[in-house]
Amino acid sequence: MEASPEYAVQMHGILKTFGQFTALDYVDLDVKKQTVHAILGENGAGKTTLMNILYGLYQADEGDIFMGGEKVSITNPTEAIKHGIGMVHQHFMLVENFTVTENIILGDEVCGAAGVLDMARARKEVMELVNEYGFDVDPDAKIQDITVGMQQRVEILKALYRGAEVLILDEPTAVLTPQEIEKLIEIMHDLIAKGKTIIIITHKLKEIMQSADECSIIRRGVYMGTVDVHQSNETELASKMVGRNVNLTVEKTPAHPGETVLSIRDLTVKDDRGIEQVRGLNLDVRAGEIVGIAGIDGNGQQELVDAITNIVKAESGSIKINGEEIANTTPRNTYLKKVATIPSDRHRWGLVLPFTVSENTALERHADDEFGAGITLDYDKMREYTTKLIKEFDIRPAGSEDERMSGLSGGNQQKAIIARMVTASPNLLIAFQPTRGLDVGAIEFVHKTLIAERDRGAAILLISFELDEVMDVSDTIAVIYHGQITGTFAQGTVDENQLGLLMAGGEAK
Amino acid sequence: MFENLILLIGITLMYSTPLVFGGLAGVISERSGVTNIGIEGMMVIGAVAGASASYFSGNPWIGFLAAGACGALIALLHAVASVSFAADQTISGVAINMLAPGLALFACRRFFDGAAMSPIAPKLPKILGEKGLAGTAYSSLNVNVTTVLALLFTVAMWFVLYKTKWGLRVRAVGEHPAAADTLGIDVYKVRYVCVLLSGMFAGFGGASMTIAIISQFTQTAISGHGFIAMAAVIFGKWTPFGAYGACLLFGFTQALVVMLGGGDFVIPSQILSMLPYAMTIIVLILFVGRSVAPKADGVPYVKGSR
Amino acid sequence: MSKLEKFLRGRFAAALMAVLVGFAISAVVLIAAGYNPISAFAALFHGAFGRPKYIANVFIKATPILLTGVSVAFAFKTGLFNIGAEGQYILGTVLATIVGVKLNLPMPLQVPIVLAAGILGGAALGAFVGWLKAHFGIHEVITSIMCNWIVFYLCNYVVMSDTFHKPNSSSALAVNPRSYTMILGNWKKSDAGKEFLSNIPWLREILLKTDLNYGFIIAVLIAILASIILTRTKLGYELRAVGFNRDAARFSGISVERNIVLSMLIAGAFCGLAGALAVTGIAPHTITLLAGMEGYGFNGMSVAFIAACSPLGCIPASILFASLIYGGMSVQQTMGAPSDIINIMIGTIVFFTALPGLTPVLANMVAKRRKDQENVRVSKDGTPLPEKEV
Repeated sequence: MEASPEYAVQMHGILKTFGQFTALDYVDLDVKKQTVHAILGENGAGKTTLMNILYGLYQADEGDIFMGGEKVSITNPTEAIKHGIGMVHQHFMLVENFTVTENIILGDEVCGAAGVLDMARARKEVMELVNEYGFDVDPDAKIQDITVGMQQRVEILKALYRGAEVLILDEPTAVLTPQEIEKLIEIMHDLIAKGKTIIIITHKLKEIMQSADECSIIRRGVYMGTVDVHQSNETELASKMVGRNVNLTVEKTPAHPGETVLSIRDLTVKDDRGIEQVRGLNLDVRAGEIVGIAGIDGNGQQELVDAITNIVKAESGSIKINGEEIANTTPRNTYLKKVATIPSDRHRWGLVLPFTVSENTALERHADDEFGAGITLDYDKMREYTTKLIKEFDIRPAGSEDERMSGLSGGNQQKAIIARMVTASPNLLIAFQPTRGLDVGAIEFVHKTLIAERDRGAAILLISFELDEVMDVSDTIAVIYHGQITGTFAQGTVDENQLGLLMAGGEAK
Repeated sequence: MFENLILLIGITLMYSTPLVFGGLAGVISERSGVTNIGIEGMMVIGAVAGASASYFSGNPWIGFLAAGACGALIALLHAVASVSFAADQTISGVAINMLAPGLALFACRRFFDGAAMSPIAPKLPKILGEKGLAGTAYSSLNVNVTTVLALLFTVAMWFVLYKTKWGLRVRAVGEHPAAADTLGIDVYKVRYVCVLLSGMFAGFGGASMTIAIISQFTQTAISGHGFIAMAAVIFGKWTPFGAYGACLLFGFTQALVVMLGGGDFVIPSQILSMLPYAMTIIVLILFVGRSVAPKADGVPYVKGSR
Repeated sequence: MSKLEKFLRGRFAAALMAVLVGFAISAVVLIAAGYNPISAFAALFHGAFGRPKYIANVFIKATPILLTGVSVAFAFKTGLFNIGAEGQYILGTVLATIVGVKLNLPMPLQVPIVLAAGILGGAALGAFVGWLKAHFGIHEVITSIMCNWIVFYLCNYVVMSDTFHKPNSSSALAVNPRSYTMILGNWKKSDAGKEFLSNIPWLREILLKTDLNYGFIIAVLIAILASIILTRTKLGYELRAVGFNRDAARFSGISVERNIVLSMLIAGAFCGLAGALAVTGIAPHTITLLAGMEGYGFNGMSVAFIAACSPLGCIPASILFASLIYGGMSVQQTMGAPSDIINIMIGTIVFFTALPGLTPVLANMVAKRRKDQENVRVSKDGTPLPEKEV
């Protein structure tokens, strides 16, 4: 396509390699002015890399960038900002202990003489911007004290403060409630009306259908074409993204719940700052059912899991597994009661990255006599066992027993954790954000495994910030808000809006 | 009694001065996200450079400046390793602590015919001149000019860190370097400048020992001061005034050692000498939990890896 | 990967590079100071290996730094930085001296008890630092340094105390001779021994002119033991898991606090043993008034780093550094160049072991050249990329 003034951004023939890995293979992108242009692709497809090149964080090996038909060279973020490009990263680039105003002006400070900050004037300028766009943001609040939705608006303000005409939003809905997503889409349309252009990176089809005009698809670094969203549908986009027909629904038979396995009563847990995050929570999970907890990040999910796994102490209340109290014992005790947990942050809790794959699969069981009696540890036995798991769970690359875990892809790392948890034949399997950062194929695998475990007779507690996942996989849906369960529904008896309201602290209608 | 109290204050101020410079060195480096275990070594370099330059030039101020310059020069090694090469900052700092005494002694022997200590060098003045307050009960309050400089630098660092755009940037780089990077702030440059400044302050600290408190370089002139300063940084919550206060406390324990050691006490001098070190551990036990380090402290920044 | 590339990515290349750079930089410093580096290095080499007794002394010097090196390496493998090796060593000498002076048992009892006293001292100090880290979260580097100075003054206190001070000297009383651990200590001084040795001059020189003792053999055994603990036991597995990722370790039912204390306890024990062996194995068999840190801890760190923290790698590394330190003394004697040049050299070597940079960069250059020749495009997991759709 020719470079033309009617396009806000054009990237032609972009090649980017990291060592031997080709991240972007001559990718093209043409974004019309005053439109919302989606970039669709799986995790690791290269969407973010492409945008980091546009924003000057990376340099392309080959290829050209045009803005309004003019060829531009962008070698660092300062130049991108000068060309009117703003980027809101998936993981917010906000300094937590700075105020909103400080974050917005950082790098482009309002100064009096000799570099002395003029905070009064800075605050006024920020307020003007807040009022112009009708954002609900307190300029004096510290980032660590405001909600995720508000933090996102601060990020957008940061870009607007620098005069951005083209806004890149990287996975902007990943952390938002349905209501917040609606508000974001409103803001996006508002910005378009004010003459801005928006590029949104996402792997969520529904939001593209709701918000975007055009959609470019990237599959494993290769440009797959651009479609007019209004002329397309979710299934078409999905198959273009993955390269095969995908089943977007989760298939399962009705549950046959048995005895109660996990029983939590009046549980109260504080976080490391001493603030109560779980406040008198009650919850039951029976054998053979999947209970899904829907809720926004930060409503006590982490502390709930920490208390069950005995990573932190419970302030009060009881946690029983098959009638036996486990609250305020040790992580080892939780393990011995046959509770397995797929942690939310696999790099932090689930894996020892510098360990080999076989050393990782032995975690928890290393202390049993399975891998050597007494004080010894038999690495050959660990390796044998791992070889079996690699085969059974199709962990790739095959034969990676002695490779470092850090060398595996995210999906395969997650498979290794799940393999470790499932082979323990747990009575209770806790899955906390089990599909975070995984691509479609791996997500399917995780969901199937959870359902298979349920059918084996395990009790499953699924905790996810992705409402769709909770609604699709769970037999029973519970909403957590402010450290309490505020509603429990059988699957199919509740819709997204009702759940969204509860998640935001409202009353279900 | 009153005279003793005044004397105690005077000695406290005297002994805390090298620590304050060391503390400032720690604050500026760690605020930008670079752990600096090498402060001790940088102080040793400052100590030998200060005494030698003062001796040869006859002007203690030249000695003081030379100490800052040489401290910054050795800090450059730490900056290259920890900023450009993303090396293990602890090992790099330790290497500097090994390298520095070797370099210092090598230089000393080379300059002074194989002696492991320098000759007596001209000292920096006291604030009221050599004879100020002499003969009065307040004579020990006629402190070294470095004591006042340390306070001035503390105020200046506080002002720069909290009231100017450069301070805002330094703090942002120490908390969230990727965020700073996306706003066009050169993380590497900020860290280089801060580590070099850190070396300069440490150098000043060394000189404030060898050309203000004593008047020559010796092998034991700097003995753990850099590490006590690091503890002061933690105790002082990574703020200039906090570190200053903590250094005063540690200076006070050293003053106690001097005062008690001079009297007819039953406590043997070796046991007394342990006091500042024991005090540091006790203070850390009491306060470390409440002190939060800059988020990116000690974490090398590599572009593109978030 | 080509052979050259593999070599360049290996530990040995990195260590070799660091040593070469260390020599190069010291050469520059020597030239700048007006000395001939070639003759300095020749003097260094002769001073370390020129005579049988020099070689024996290198092994004697290597003993404590092998043990402190293994200690640092062991702690480092478990995520801890044992900068307190110096203090643990000193406390080992102090306790060994106290027990060795006060006790006088038959040799088979006396030696183990004296050594145990040193081990206990080092272990207790290490465990204290570990406890401060585990329970209060205080960085072990600062507390270790503080402990080093406290023990330093404690040592001087014991030397000067009424009970232990040897009159008219700057040292404490020597331990009872039954505590000695020299090789053939009694025999070599007997008439039969002297007569036998007079026929074998090199052995005579080694045995009679040096305090060659069992220390190095014990230290090698300790290095092997440390390696076995780390790679063959549940304890080692847990220690390493805690070192790499505390959260994941806790999540897997491993007690983080207990393992931090244990790791420092074991590391401290190695240093305490080093101190005790110095007292039992080398004259004057006691502690003396310290004027400054003796550097056993810091040299141990150099040994550990150049060995990439492999306990077995510490064995050759300790011999390397011992020969530098011991041979370095003759640099000053023969050419008048300050022997501190050795400290500069060691500091430089450690500095360059901290840089992950040099040899992998070379390896990357090799790899790039090869890649350009083959010009293959693969995705991250090694599978070919999808073809473009039209």
